[in-house]
Amino acid sequence: MTVPRPAAASPEPPRPWALLAELTHACPLHCPYCSNPLELARRSAELTAAEWADVLRQAADLGVVHTHLSGGEPLLRPDLERIVAAAEGAGVYTQLVTSGTGLDEDRLSALRAAGLRSVQLSVQHAEAAANDRIAGRPSSFAAKERAAALVRRAGLPLGLNVVLHRDNLDTVGALVELGESWGVDRIELANTQFYGWGLLNRAALLPTREQLARARETVEHHRERLAGRVELVWVVPDYFDGIAKPCMGGWGAVSLTVTPDGTALPCPAAASLPDLDPPNVRDRPLDWIWDRSPAFARYRGTAWMTGPCGTCPRREEDFGGCRCQAYALTGDAARTDPACALSPDHHVVRALTDPDAGVTPPLYVHRRPGAVPQVR
Amino acid sequence: MTAVPGDPWRPALAPALMLRHDRVRDTDLLVLPERVVVLEGHAGQIVGLCDGTRTVPGIVDTLAERYPGAPVADDVPSFLDRLRREGWLT
Repeated sequence: MTVPRPAAASPEPPRPWALLAELTHACPLHCPYCSNPLELARRSAELTAAEWADVLRQAADLGVVHTHLSGGEPLLRPDLERIVAAAEGAGVYTQLVTSGTGLDEDRLSALRAAGLRSVQLSVQHAEAAANDRIAGRPSSFAAKERAAALVRRAGLPLGLNVVLHRDNLDTVGALVELGESWGVDRIELANTQFYGWGLLNRAALLPTREQLARARETVEHHRERLAGRVELVWVVPDYFDGIAKPCMGGWGAVSLTVTPDGTALPCPAAASLPDLDPPNVRDRPLDWIWDRSPAFARYRGTAWMTGPCGTCPRREEDFGGCRCQAYALTGDAARTDPACALSPDHHVVRALTDPDAGVTPPLYVHRRPGAVPQVR
Repeated sequence: MTAVPGDPWRPALAPALMLRHDRVRDTDLLVLPERVVVLEGHAGQIVGLCDGTRTVPGIVDTLAERYPGAPVADDVPSFLDRLRREGWLT
């Protein structure tokens, strides 16, 4: 009988720095670019505050120092203060990622007392009526304006995040000026990443190359003007640039996501991969999930790479791009991200970004439970 | 904030920042809303003295006592200036 030699012990994976905690999929807004999955988790399936507290303690033990409390709209959790307090107690820095709806003075002061460190506020458009139309909710712009003023008055750091697409890209300058007038420290201008509802609405959301070129120029102008005062972040439109994004800083390398029902994912979009079989924090400890689970090991490092990635000098910089995008565009998550000009599938992206002249983009579908039939 | 002319700078951590020890990586960190800065060597100790009460010469003296012979008078003021330019010290 021969005993198989054990494979050389793989070195321990790097420790994660950050946890994206998706506390709920419920949301008062209905943005068509939302990266939440089409099949939204039910409220009855959500982790309790006690379960989140346990996850945050485990995350801190694993090396996590930073958590984004997100959703959906995390303010819809009446126990958010308990979750913030648990993070603070574990030494994890908290940032609330919110639409602003539901943030009043009492709530903010309770969150602050619990240890909340900073706030990131979403805005859909610089004009109130257009903002409310894209968000699918009347008066949501007014709620944001109030929320920004409250956060400023409380002295917490405030960032604005704006998802950019065909319907607001031409007003990027006004969006920057809006952030400036609200006194924010940072503005994240994120060209739409096409996952979940954003993928469903891709044809309606994709801008034109001309729109992008103008927006880039505007952002550069403002970046110089605001240097040292407001940080401007431009999240690249990878469909147009021909360069794959270093998605998540590598699979299972820097951060992890826990969804409302406790599913642990290497990337918030990874629930879309049909055969990933992601672990759940209700079944397994977080250190096993990070260190040992097949889902987190699957695309870690470079050994799994196929096609041009395997020998590419950029493979340690972009990690082959995004696995969820490779799956969405080719049906195979292990292929080179088609956003990369070196991908044999890059023509798929070019066909989307350079459509035939005269093609009218469709209207988008607002994110609502039941808005699209589930195909499973 | 009012700066009184002639009043010496008493460095303090900007409110958005958290200074903490990372027991997993055994290093000091500055945690910001969107990033984490690893403070190598004794940098964490220097930042820890920036509590808004000490002047820069005061910080230098404290460190010189702790580390006799180290070039603190040369290195520490420029390090603190760099952190101020980043907006991490006020």
